[in-house]
Amino acid sequence: MKNKQNTTCSPKYLKYLKKQKVDTITTKIYQILLLAIFLVLWEVLVQTGAIDAFFFSSPSRICTTLIDLFATGNLLYHMWVTLSETIIGFLIATILGTLIAIALWWSDKLRKVLDPYIVVLNSLPKIALGPLIIIWVGAGTNAIVTMCVLICIVITILSMLSAFLNCDKDKILLMKSFGASKFQILTKLILPNALVDFISVLKINVGMAWVGTIMGEYLVSKAGLGYLIVYGSQIFKLDIVLTSTVVLCLLAGAMYFFVALLEKKYKR
Amino acid sequence: MKYLIFDNVNFNYFNKTGEFEAVKGLSFEIQKGEFVSIVGPSGCGKTTILSLIAGLLEPTSGDILLDGEKVQNVNIGYMFQRDQLFEWRNIHKNILLGLEIKGKKHNQQDEEYIDGLLTKYGLIDFKDKHPSELSGGMRQRVALIRTLAVKPKLLLLDEPFSALDFQTRLDVCNDVKNIIKQENQTAILVTHDISEAISMSDRVFILTKRPAKLHKIEIMDFDKSLSPLKRRDEKHFSAYFNKIWEELSL
Repeated sequence: MKNKQNTTCSPKYLKYLKKQKVDTITTKIYQILLLAIFLVLWEVLVQTGAIDAFFFSSPSRICTTLIDLFATGNLLYHMWVTLSETIIGFLIATILGTLIAIALWWSDKLRKVLDPYIVVLNSLPKIALGPLIIIWVGAGTNAIVTMCVLICIVITILSMLSAFLNCDKDKILLMKSFGASKFQILTKLILPNALVDFISVLKINVGMAWVGTIMGEYLVSKAGLGYLIVYGSQIFKLDIVLTSTVVLCLLAGAMYFFVALLEKKYKR
Repeated sequence: MKYLIFDNVNFNYFNKTGEFEAVKGLSFEIQKGEFVSIVGPSGCGKTTILSLIAGLLEPTSGDILLDGEKVQNVNIGYMFQRDQLFEWRNIHKNILLGLEIKGKKHNQQDEEYIDGLLTKYGLIDFKDKHPSELSGGMRQRVALIRTLAVKPKLLLLDEPFSALDFQTRLDVCNDVKNIIKQENQTAILVTHDISEAISMSDRVFILTKRPAKLHKIEIMDFDKSLSPLKRRDEKHFSAYFNKIWEELSL
């Protein structure tokens, strides 16, 4: 800020500013360089026959597979299937989880009664419920979304509940001294106070939702990127497996980026 | 005129390990417009007494009357160690919090009253700013205006300056006392800072160790026009200090 008020800056300060700028740029360059070296090395190793393209594919083969898959119109469809499952699971888990956390905050009794169950549910590997889910909700999109919700919801409940309970006791006392009802304490204090934690939960859930969806697709699916990966490995087309993985990386990255934007907007 | 009356108030609290007497046979009276400080050994139940006055706790036995009414139904303003401003609300919205909770549609009159307070105490330019943009002293003044906005019958101050650094603390002490005096409020300050108690109050109540009983009342005899800061320069300030300090260490 000082450089905007003071037109004359000390040379040291200018030097510092320059160093900061150079630092940011070099970091970016190294990041890109790292990826480039990795890709080139991969390609060269495959071309020279040092590693087998059949098992390891190669950047160029991934590119052609990508174009092929796009051309047949399949890839967009598979992307859409996985993305929609992830977003639906993410939304259900976040909203339902937050609502449950509110209920647990509201009633001490409910919280005490359910506490051991939540702890067990949290440590249980949700994938173990896979077969049950398929039997209960059917082998299809429902099972995949259910898996995604199961994986995200417990962590949502726990994080939001701890955010609600961590609210400053004096702030609650302040509300009470104004004669606030429990509902007013919730809406005017607890919820806005937990906004920052809510955004962290969103960030965690973005990652978890992809885990849930892909795991669900491994169990049962007729389409989606998880399906493509399983299918590719079954027919020993590692090109398909790796291409799907790359696309998955890009989609997950994009969704994370979107949530990070939200965070920037709300975090002060 | 007796304004706040404690009549033989007892308060017991209990947890798994047993029942404890926190306040025992406490009786006193406070006049309207008076500024009273409560000092006592740490953990003696000072904050419990404030909670009793605020109606957040109910006495086990005995009566607490404010202006002839049970305190459960009276409008009381509470100030805390930290300002407890809500970071997500701007200053204006923070000040409206109490009115909002009481479900009163704030009218022109309230707005004018609040604007008046903000102007008088040098905060009007910060009305649309967020708390993070204000200094510690300013934040504590906003917190006071937030409590005054609901026109409380009594102000309770629970070590409201202890989170501030020493320099700011003296300034804010001055400001807060000044505001309370000008708005003609009755106030009870809980503190463990003896000099703060002497510099601000008309009377200082000294409590015993738990269970809290009234040990002694010291009347602070200073010229009415002296500010808390000026009081510290008075000759008998240190005499009061020593007296209270001795009473506390008994």
